[in-house]
Amino acid sequence: MRLAWGQLWAIVGKDLRLELRTRQVWMSMGVFALLALLIFSFAFDLRVENKAAVGPGALWVAFIFASMLGLGRNIAAEQERGPMDRLLLCPVDRTVIYLAKVIGNVIFIGVVEAVALPVFAALYDLPIITGLIVLITLLGTIGIAAVGVIFSALAANTRAREFLLPLLVFPIIIPVVLGSVRATEALVNPIHGDPPWLGLIIAFDIICLSVSAILFQFVVEE
Amino acid sequence: MSAPTTAIRSVSPARWSAPRQSETPGDTGAQPDETTADDEYQRDQSPQAIVVERLTKVFDARPVLRGVSFSLGQGRTLALLGPNGAGKSTLLRILATLSRPTGGRVIVMGHDLAREANAARWAIGYLGHQTGLYGELTARENLLFFARMYGLRDGAKRADALLARVGLRARANDHVGKFSRGQAQRLALARGMLHDPAVLLLDEPDTGLDEDALALLSELLDERTRQGQTTLFTTHQLARGLAQSHQTLVLLRGRVAYDGPSAALDLAAVCDLYGGEA
Repeated sequence: MRLAWGQLWAIVGKDLRLELRTRQVWMSMGVFALLALLIFSFAFDLRVENKAAVGPGALWVAFIFASMLGLGRNIAAEQERGPMDRLLLCPVDRTVIYLAKVIGNVIFIGVVEAVALPVFAALYDLPIITGLIVLITLLGTIGIAAVGVIFSALAANTRAREFLLPLLVFPIIIPVVLGSVRATEALVNPIHGDPPWLGLIIAFDIICLSVSAILFQFVVEE
Repeated sequence: MSAPTTAIRSVSPARWSAPRQSETPGDTGAQPDETTADDEYQRDQSPQAIVVERLTKVFDARPVLRGVSFSLGQGRTLALLGPNGAGKSTLLRILATLSRPTGGRVIVMGHDLAREANAARWAIGYLGHQTGLYGELTARENLLFFARMYGLRDGAKRADALLARVGLRARANDHVGKFSRGQAQRLALARGMLHDPAVLLLDEPDTGLDEDALALLSELLDERTRQGQTTLFTTHQLARGLAQSHQTLVLLRGRVAYDGPSAALDLAAVCDLYGGEA
C-alpha cells in the first residue's frame, strides 16, 4: 500500500514536472478557454435578465473543450514515445497509473479553470466566485478527467485520436455537464426545488472512477 | 532452405558441424565460456529462469508466434535470432508482460505470467526498440523516477552508480531530449538494470551504439552472467549474437527453427537456417 502511494505521487509529480518544463498543455488549454469565454461574451446577448442563463453554459463549454486539448496530449505523448510501456513494465497496479493520470489531469485542468473563472466573472459580471463554485468545478473536473483519461488511452493507439476523443467523451459526460451547468446556474439564480445537481455529479464521479479504474488495464495492455 | 514446420529442439552435432568463424567482423571476442557437453548438462540441471510452452500470438487473425517452446536456465545468456517479422519482438514483449499471449504458457523466475504478472515484473528488466525515456527530464531524473516506481530505497545511489557505469555521469543533469541515439540507448540500458533484475530482456540493444558502447554492452552482459543473472537479447548482428550467448534460439515465421548451444552454430549455419528470409 505504501509503495502504491509512492508510485501514485511519483507519476503525478513526474507529469507536473514535465508540464512545468514544456507548458504545452497549460498554454493551449488556457488560451483556448479564455478565447472561448471572450467570443461567447461577444456572441451572446448578455443583458441582465438572460446572462445568468447563458453564462454557466458558456463557462462549461469552454472548460470541456479546453480539457479535451489537455487530455488528448497528455497520454498520447506518453504512449507514442514509449514511456507508457516502461511504466506498464514496472510492478505497479494499473489502477494506480489510472488514478495518477486522473489526479494529474484534474490539476492541469484546475489551473486553467482557476485562471478562467475570475475572467468569466468579470466578463459576464456574475457574482459566482464563492466556495461552492470551487466545489462544483472540482467535482465536474473530476468527472471529465475520469472519463477523459480512459478514452484518451483508448484513442491514443488510433490515427484519428484528436477527432475520436471528443466523439467518445462528449456523450458519456452529458450527466456531469448538465449537473455542473445547472449547479453553477443555481449559484447565480437559485430556484427552489431544484434537483440535487451536486449529488448527481458526485454519483457520476464515483461510478466513472470505479468502472474506469477496472477497465484501464484492458485499455493500456495489448 | 524452407522454414521448418516443427521446432528443432536438439540439433544433431553433424548438422551444425561447420567450423566456427572466430574472426568475424564485429565479433567482440567477448563470448562467454565455451559451451561443452558438461556445460550443456549443467544448463539442463540449473533452475529455469524462463520457461515458454506452446506460446502463440495472433494479431488480427495473423499468427505471429506459432507454438514457441523453449527454456533458459538461470545465469545463462540467450541470443534470439531471426529475420524481420519472425516474431522476436513480439516474443520479448510477451516475456516482458507488455503483451498477452493468445495461447500457451510463460513462466519467468517461477511466476506464471497469466496469473502473477505483477510479481514477475520485479524480476524483469526490458529494453525495447524505443528507449521509452522522458525527453524533458534529465538522465538522473529519469532513473530516479523509475527507482521510485520500483520502491528502491537507495534509488539515488543506484542511479548515480549506473550513470557512471554507462559513461553518462558527465551528462547526468542534461535533458534526455538532447541526447544522441546511442546515449539515450545507454541510459535506457541503465534504466533496465536499475532494479537489478534477475532476467534482462534486450530488443536489439546494439542499435545506435558506437564501438565503445558495444564493448560496454558486452562487458555488462558478461558481468550479469558472472553474477548468475539471466539475459535474453535479440540482434541482427549474428556473429556478435553467437559470440555473446550460451544458447541461441532462431525464430522463423513464428516457429522455433533452432534451439541449442550457440557454440554449435556458426554464421553459415544461421544463414542456412534463414534461407531466403535474411
